[in-house]
Amino acid sequence: MPDTLDRTIRFGSNSGQPMTRRDGIAKVTGAATFTADNTPDNVLHAVYVPATIARGRVTSLDVAAAEAHPGVTHVLTPANRPHLHGDPEAKPTMFSFRIEVLQDDTVRYAGQPVAMVLGETLEAATEGARLLAPTYEMAPPRVDLDRAEPYDVEPGGFGRPTGASHGDIDAGHRAAVKSVDVTYSTAPQYHNAMETHAIVAAWDGDKLHLDVPTQALSMSCAAYASFFDIPVENVTINSPYLGGGFGSKAVPIGPNILAILAARMTGRPVKLMLTRQQMFGPTGHRGATRQRLRLGIDEDASLTVIDHDSLSETSSFDDFHEPAAGASQGLYAAGALRSVHRGARLDIGTPGAMRAPGEASGSAALECAMDEMAEAAGMDPLEFRLKNYAETEPGTGRPYSSKALRDCYLQGAERFGWAGRPLAPRQMRDENGLLTGWGMGTALFPCPMFMAEARATLRADGSALFETSAVDMGQGALTALAQIAADSLGLPVDNVEFRAGHSSLPDGGVAGGSGHTATAGGALHAAGSDVIRQLGEMAAADPASPLHGAGNASFVARHGRLYVDGDDSRSEPFADILSRAGGADLVGSGSASRPPETAAQYAMYSHGAVFAEVKVDPDLCQVQVTRLVGAFAAGRIINPKLADSQLLGGLIWGISFALHEEAHHDPVTGRIVNADFAGYHVPVNADVRGLEVLTVHEDDPHVNLLGIKGVGEIGIVGTVGAIGNAIWHATGHRIRRFPIRIEDLLKA
Amino acid sequence: MRPFDFVRPTSVDEALAAWEDGAAWLGGGTNLVDLMKTGAVAPTRLIDLSRLPGMRGIEVLADGSTRIGALVGNSELANDPDFAGNFPMVAEAILSGASGQIRNAATVAGNVMQHPREAWFHGPASDPLAGDTGKLAVLGTDGAPAAVNPSDFCVPLVALGAVVEIVGPDGTRDIPVADLHRMPTADDPRHTTLTPGELILALRLPPEAAGFAAHSRYLKVRDRTSFAFALTSAAACMRIEDGKIAEARLTLGAVAPRPWRVAEAEDLLKGQTPGPEVFATAAELALDGARAVGGNDWKIDLARRTALRALDMAAAGTPAEMPALPASVFGTQRKEPAHA
Repeated sequence: MPDTLDRTIRFGSNSGQPMTRRDGIAKVTGAATFTADNTPDNVLHAVYVPATIARGRVTSLDVAAAEAHPGVTHVLTPANRPHLHGDPEAKPTMFSFRIEVLQDDTVRYAGQPVAMVLGETLEAATEGARLLAPTYEMAPPRVDLDRAEPYDVEPGGFGRPTGASHGDIDAGHRAAVKSVDVTYSTAPQYHNAMETHAIVAAWDGDKLHLDVPTQALSMSCAAYASFFDIPVENVTINSPYLGGGFGSKAVPIGPNILAILAARMTGRPVKLMLTRQQMFGPTGHRGATRQRLRLGIDEDASLTVIDHDSLSETSSFDDFHEPAAGASQGLYAAGALRSVHRGARLDIGTPGAMRAPGEASGSAALECAMDEMAEAAGMDPLEFRLKNYAETEPGTGRPYSSKALRDCYLQGAERFGWAGRPLAPRQMRDENGLLTGWGMGTALFPCPMFMAEARATLRADGSALFETSAVDMGQGALTALAQIAADSLGLPVDNVEFRAGHSSLPDGGVAGGSGHTATAGGALHAAGSDVIRQLGEMAAADPASPLHGAGNASFVARHGRLYVDGDDSRSEPFADILSRAGGADLVGSGSASRPPETAAQYAMYSHGAVFAEVKVDPDLCQVQVTRLVGAFAAGRIINPKLADSQLLGGLIWGISFALHEEAHHDPVTGRIVNADFAGYHVPVNADVRGLEVLTVHEDDPHVNLLGIKGVGEIGIVGTVGAIGNAIWHATGHRIRRFPIRIEDLLKA
Repeated sequence: MRPFDFVRPTSVDEALAAWEDGAAWLGGGTNLVDLMKTGAVAPTRLIDLSRLPGMRGIEVLADGSTRIGALVGNSELANDPDFAGNFPMVAEAILSGASGQIRNAATVAGNVMQHPREAWFHGPASDPLAGDTGKLAVLGTDGAPAAVNPSDFCVPLVALGAVVEIVGPDGTRDIPVADLHRMPTADDPRHTTLTPGELILALRLPPEAAGFAAHSRYLKVRDRTSFAFALTSAAACMRIEDGKIAEARLTLGAVAPRPWRVAEAEDLLKGQTPGPEVFATAAELALDGARAVGGNDWKIDLARRTALRALDMAAAGTPAEMPALPASVFGTQRKEPAHA
């Protein structure tokens, strides 16, 4: 297909190449240093005591026993915890959460830190923490969403999603000749990156050095600085690699603040790494939802209404409501469209952003409801979706910046072999008699851009250094961003040194919202462009240069040479231009963000279509996902190999959401009884097979200069619904809860 | 850390002498060390058995029985060609459990002694029905909530009449694996009938056990395809002579605090022509007396279906090769019986 992007944008030979991640060998050989690999001299090990009840207060801690244990140096409790400048109950920024840092003896959820022990060894601190043996005054925990009192969420930014209503909702319901009114449940899920949360904190006077994995270096520095009342420039964060983030490592958690406090109190470096079990509590999670969907169609099978009401759990003390109903905005051409968010307070840790927040849960319900609507219409699910294809953003009427969803549908269906799918369920069996079903779902994810800055340095030898505090959390940012950077200077990527993951670098923004490559990449591109601009001015002004006098002509950088655009006969190597100017480095800077007017003008989304095949034993009801084909349109793909990995990871998480992940609370104490990987299931290798990802060509001249939409989260979206729909198609049973388990099918 | 003694005896006598109240035998450590880390158990002395001589062999005794030393690894046993050929459903059961790494480290004696997966592992559970009631017993508890025995290995062992050779301060004794596990009570929290200080020397399969090799299957239904404990499982085997079942064995797993062998069903099958109706009747009998707890009625139904399928698979014959996914509902289907 023709590339319709503006040709004046320099794009060299690096972007678009499936380069292997640059940090791969360091990671597989152990050379890559993750936070917990740092053990400074004189370090103290911190272990905190998690509450084993969900509501009440701590009535005693056996501090004497802990302090008496050999190797234990300090015990932090609410009684002696040093002063903290920042109010843990305040929410100083849009992305702040209330946290627990031993401010009092109240227990608000199981897993909350109620004390912290420091020791000369991890073992001593661990045993000290056990010896504290807290006792509690316990109140009945509220951990059942179905028994909670719902309220309307008051819109207020992050965690308090705005509803939306377009068109006449009542009229849409009245106009329906057929309708569905169904409620889907999703379970509490807990981010469990391979690397659990960790921190190594060290003070030098009022300067704070942190090794801590963070998805947002600059934002984290500001947050830590405000907690400890020091200038933001006094905080240094080293975060070269993350062993996964998934939204959990975007904001400071209470245990990290405690570790920093402990370091200041003791005057020694303090190291804390959460156990796997501790990842089920103070580190955020994907809140459970109950989503009612009311859909209607007219005689022509056009949607008259999508009415999406989502009830989601949040904590008793803070607001993060899964913005699930928002998933119904922007996708299907319904005459009327409403998204409503309601909340309920439980004695749980505050939920947070977990990979594809809102869209993952919302799409699971929406795509199944769409399938039910298609069934009522007597239509093939794909045909029904194409029938209701939105050419402009429903409700707002805004044009899409680009939308290759139709290509996703058609290419995905072709690859999967969707044609010939029987309409009715329970029609297909494989050679071993297993019930076989095919289902599909549409994927939609917004393309936000944040703000980022970068610096480019062209060296006299013609090589370059790029710097930005971008974050590689496993997605491959160190590689994809280096490709963008190299292209901005027309250099092979091997001639480019790329530094990221440290707060001393220009602000690389947030690795979240699937917007990191677009944002940090845009800043790098701008920084490189700034260098080229300066280089062009130098050459044009230099009588010794073949480019002398090129004046207003624009310049193009290729293969380490500067060309007059459109005149390949006039060029000069970078190194020659620089050496005549004295051989000093040439430094450029750049930033990227989205102009508000563009944001207002266009609806911007990545799209996709996911097709699933499942097999179900007709008697034993065990389910296996045997094939998943996902076709995605996400603008320009910088690195197809890394993008495919992101999308495949999303599909796998879709399996996990659809069939496995669910935290169970003890109704008496409120604690999570399956808080480990034996009880909290994610798919194993044997559950993951037949995955295929297609990326559909898409040029987007509006979304940002580089045409990047992002692939970090969209792979989950659509997949959950596709699997649920395939299970219905295989068995004839419509299970309206996720995860779908053997007993659900057995009881159906 | 909690201090404990670590002793490494080099003879059984030394090991027995090292026992004291609060001690624990250490085999592969795959279960015990986990429990120590979570604080579920806190032995004051670990007696490492890895240096004991003469406990790593798989041998056929003069009377035709097969003796497996207590320290034989799970993987080693399942991958022993002679053993797997004679006791294919035992091998299949082992390979359906845990992960490759764990099976490599775990010993056979440790496997039969593994602790039920109880909710209080992570703290004081006040409601025994908390969480996934699919893991609670429906047989052998008179309706009281109790964790099931989690071992896959024990299920075919019980079906085949295996015994555990025990040594203790008072000498040696044999216990049938069928009598090894018990439901803990308020007065007696033990999960097994071993007396503290007794040590497993070996497991023994009786001579007749190999006679079932041609029709012998283990089936395990679980929430994911691998690395999950069974929701329900069944070991089924039979000798088929002249088209009739000469003898059958049926033991259910993950339904009771111990493997649940069903003599009534076995008796019913004897002399019958293998077929869906008689298997259905046997499976029905196998769940006789089952009682749901915490809404897990479905589990009784699933166990019955599992028993029926396992009988059906066993009648069809042992596959020539171990399925790619052992004991799985989705295991490679056999085309021809391996031992026609």
